[in-house]
Amino acid sequence: MIYFDNVSKLYNDGRSAALQEVTFQVAPKEFVSIVGHSGAGKTTLLKMIIAEDRPSHGQVFFESLDIHRIPKTRLPNYRRKIGTIFQDFKLLPHKTAYENVAFAMEANGRTDAEIAENVPHALSLVDLDDKAWNFPHELSGGEKQRVAIARAIVNQPDIIIADEPTGNLDPIATYEVVQILRKINDLGTTVIMTTHNKGVIDEIERRVITMDGGRIVRDDSTGKYVL
Amino acid sequence: MITGFRRVVKAGFVGFWRNAYVSLASIFVLTIALFVIGATMFLNQLLSTSLATLQSKVDINVYFVPDAPIEEIERIKAAVEALPDVAGVVFTSREDALAEYRERNKDNTIALQALEELNENPLGANLAIQAKETSQYESVARFLEEQRALEQPQTPVIDEVNFARNKDSIDTLTSIINATERASFIILGILLIAAILITFNTIRLAIYTAREEIAIMRLVGASNMFIRGPFMLQGIMYGFISGVLALLLFYPLLVWVGPRTAAFFELNLFDYYIVHFGEIFGVLVGIGIVLGLVSSTLAVARYLRT
Repeated sequence: MIYFDNVSKLYNDGRSAALQEVTFQVAPKEFVSIVGHSGAGKTTLLKMIIAEDRPSHGQVFFESLDIHRIPKTRLPNYRRKIGTIFQDFKLLPHKTAYENVAFAMEANGRTDAEIAENVPHALSLVDLDDKAWNFPHELSGGEKQRVAIARAIVNQPDIIIADEPTGNLDPIATYEVVQILRKINDLGTTVIMTTHNKGVIDEIERRVITMDGGRIVRDDSTGKYVL
Repeated sequence: MITGFRRVVKAGFVGFWRNAYVSLASIFVLTIALFVIGATMFLNQLLSTSLATLQSKVDINVYFVPDAPIEEIERIKAAVEALPDVAGVVFTSREDALAEYRERNKDNTIALQALEELNENPLGANLAIQAKETSQYESVARFLEEQRALEQPQTPVIDEVNFARNKDSIDTLTSIINATERASFIILGILLIAAILITFNTIRLAIYTAREEIAIMRLVGASNMFIRGPFMLQGIMYGFISGVLALLLFYPLLVWVGPRTAAFFELNLFDYYIVHFGEIFGVLVGIGIVLGLVSSTLAVARYLRT
């Protein structure tokens, strides 16, 4: 479903590299964790998938689509197929939890009836029914991240991209977020997640890609955190 | 499509209220800018009206000798009226000239006594001639001098043409009028540019605070128009409200200043404001809306690139 073909990302005229000759693929319904030190290239890799960053060499495919050949005007359409979750949540501060989730559907051009039906459903999936009308600053870190997950899944995307989703969370909130991500994966959505939390990796017991210096150094089908 | 439009409008209004402080700051600056523009407009109106009044006060006077034959006076009046540069000619007869003299000197007993002792009217008739442009007085004066040169020396008709006496003041006035018009254009231009730049920067700062939100909206897959729309609507709202506010600000100011301008410039600005309310409303609110809309569209465009 996602295919990296010999992708490199170079800075400063090639003197430093965020990614070097990365080739791998992700099959539908997989749960892939990407681990590595800071600066190993994990975030750059995810940015390639959502077309936030473009490779210096090589190509990235979404199914048969070359992501970096999508015309600018079609990018919003492409991004609607992907749900994104970030370490810093990236919620709209002036919108309530409900409105944050609804916004993703509005941007998709969904009808009001669909929004009224799906938003409460997504919020109850992340167990936030009672906080729907709170603004982000009124929520805890774990709650904010669950709002972000509800927003990511509400459009039934093909794939979820999660960049350090537990980076700012305490162990209990981390556990909850990981459980929710597993549940989403069990329901049939592909998940690609970066992390450097050993506990998270060991708990998921799925495929682990280990990166170092912009290269893939290990790719284990039921990996452990090895660094 | 309609759903999208409705959502953009709703998001515009919600954004306006939830960012009340930022909206307030933008409206405040825009109101001041529009007030400055409006004040310059009023000032311009005042200037051009007073210039027109001044210009209408400039004339050439032809004084006839007291015993000038009435046919000769009529002939010269008709000839002057036929000149293409002449806007109007006012004839004052000997009797009217005397009555005017008496009226002007009614508190001056010595002058009136002297007049009584003369036993006859010492004043001649006169013509007050107005040209269409102040620069045309020269040619009118030349025509009158030619008329005088044609007269028989023993039966003079024209006693005096006072253009030569007024020439310097007419020239000065002409150059003052031209300089004032040019200066007010330049000042208007500078104020307009300053107002536009300040407004643009304020709205850009307001939207700068929203750059994270714009980035998030893009990540969620919102199209550019869906992101831009609410900000454009807010720009329009800023412009409309500021235009109305500036218009309201002028009301008490002009109530106070109107009678004073009426006394000095012969134009009551308050009456002008009431009579031309529609136009002034259109101009101020129109400029406000365009300024707000263009500023916010350009400001958002920055964050929609790449």
